[in-house]
Amino acid sequence: MPEHESAGALESPTHAVRDFLRRRREQIAQRWADEPLFRTVFTVSRDEAVEAGKLLVDALAQVADAERVEDPDAAGFTEVREQLARMGAARTRAGLSTTQVSAELAALTRPVENLLVADLEQEPSERLRACATTLSVLMGTLRLVAMQTALTEVQALIDRQRLQLLEVATPVIKLWDGIVAVPLIGTLDSARSQVVMETLLNAVVDQHARFAILDITGVPTVDSLVAQHLMKTVAAARLMGAECVVSGIRPAIAQTIVHLGLDLGTVKTRASLADALGYCLHELGANIVNAAPDGPGRR
Amino acid sequence: MNEDFARRVAGHVPVLRLGDVLLVTLQGDLHDSTAHQLQQDISETIVRSGVSGVVIDISGVEIVDSFLGRVLAEIAAQTELLAARTVLAGMRPAVAVTLVELGLTLPGLRTALTTEAALELLAQPVVSSRSGGRREESP
Repeated sequence: MPEHESAGALESPTHAVRDFLRRRREQIAQRWADEPLFRTVFTVSRDEAVEAGKLLVDALAQVADAERVEDPDAAGFTEVREQLARMGAARTRAGLSTTQVSAELAALTRPVENLLVADLEQEPSERLRACATTLSVLMGTLRLVAMQTALTEVQALIDRQRLQLLEVATPVIKLWDGIVAVPLIGTLDSARSQVVMETLLNAVVDQHARFAILDITGVPTVDSLVAQHLMKTVAAARLMGAECVVSGIRPAIAQTIVHLGLDLGTVKTRASLADALGYCLHELGANIVNAAPDGPGRR
Repeated sequence: MNEDFARRVAGHVPVLRLGDVLLVTLQGDLHDSTAHQLQQDISETIVRSGVSGVVIDISGVEIVDSFLGRVLAEIAAQTELLAARTVLAGMRPAVAVTLVELGLTLPGLRTALTTEAALELLAQPVVSSRSGGRREESP
């Protein structure tokens, strides 16, 4: 835009910044490539870093063009979100805290500002100040977008992992024809007990199970809420025609249950999974007997 | 849709006699009037034929509410009075979860996974008392 200087007086600071960004695209990208943020993310080649920088400058120019420097949801940012997320993720993986990443993003502002000041030297100081302000607002918004993107990524990761945990933590094991078991591991909250209940009941239908064993060896503590969840599962299984046995109650937990005055009277309990299996087999009429009279003691 | 039409569409639930057992199969929604008719049919048939057990197959029921829960409990209570045992068979997992969330654990009812299992259960001799509502356990 060669005629820019003469027409500059009529332009808004935002558009002046846009023109500046487009004009100095190459230099800004080159300077950014030397900043720690780009240098550490794009380790393979400097050209790659420069290209990424150019993309970012283009996005900023687009946002300035739309006069939406304060809006993190501006259309121009959508294209660079993925790149920002990648950069943020790379820095977080390197062990930097969110604050440090934010500081590195802030460091991008200075070279651009220096360029702007050098570029608009001839302009009146008021206009220069207005442009500088607009630019810093724009860079602030960029920082916000980057942090927002990073947080969204983290949130998505947490959600994914929570879902995985739910799936992983509740396998239903077929122990025998008509006997299924669920080894519960970790704290039982409402969401998990719901999943446990559903998977168990579906397994009861699929496997034609007459007995379901809930093994709580891996449950660290049992409070009234956990007990309530257990009772619900047991009641639901009973409604479907399967008998539920709760096993793996450790001595400490047995004491806690008694201290809390929880009534597990309607629930069949056994000390260990082996005892519970033995009980179920007995009920099914499939007793296990010792082959040798003096062999090792079996249940 | 008037009452008469609704009744004709819903029909009344057939109560089948299989030897010493009555078999009732519930399908879909149960209207108030149909439920009332069913309770009456079951108790009359028990008295007339002297059966010792009732199997209610609810594998065709996908939606359950507190009304149906109460009807089932009432049927169980009245057959118990007539010296017959009631077994609820084939409840779907979703229905079981709903009933438990509603707080209707139907403590007085015997349950079985399938109609076949229910018939087996009724074929076993009576061992335990009525209380507890648990599957009959061998001593």
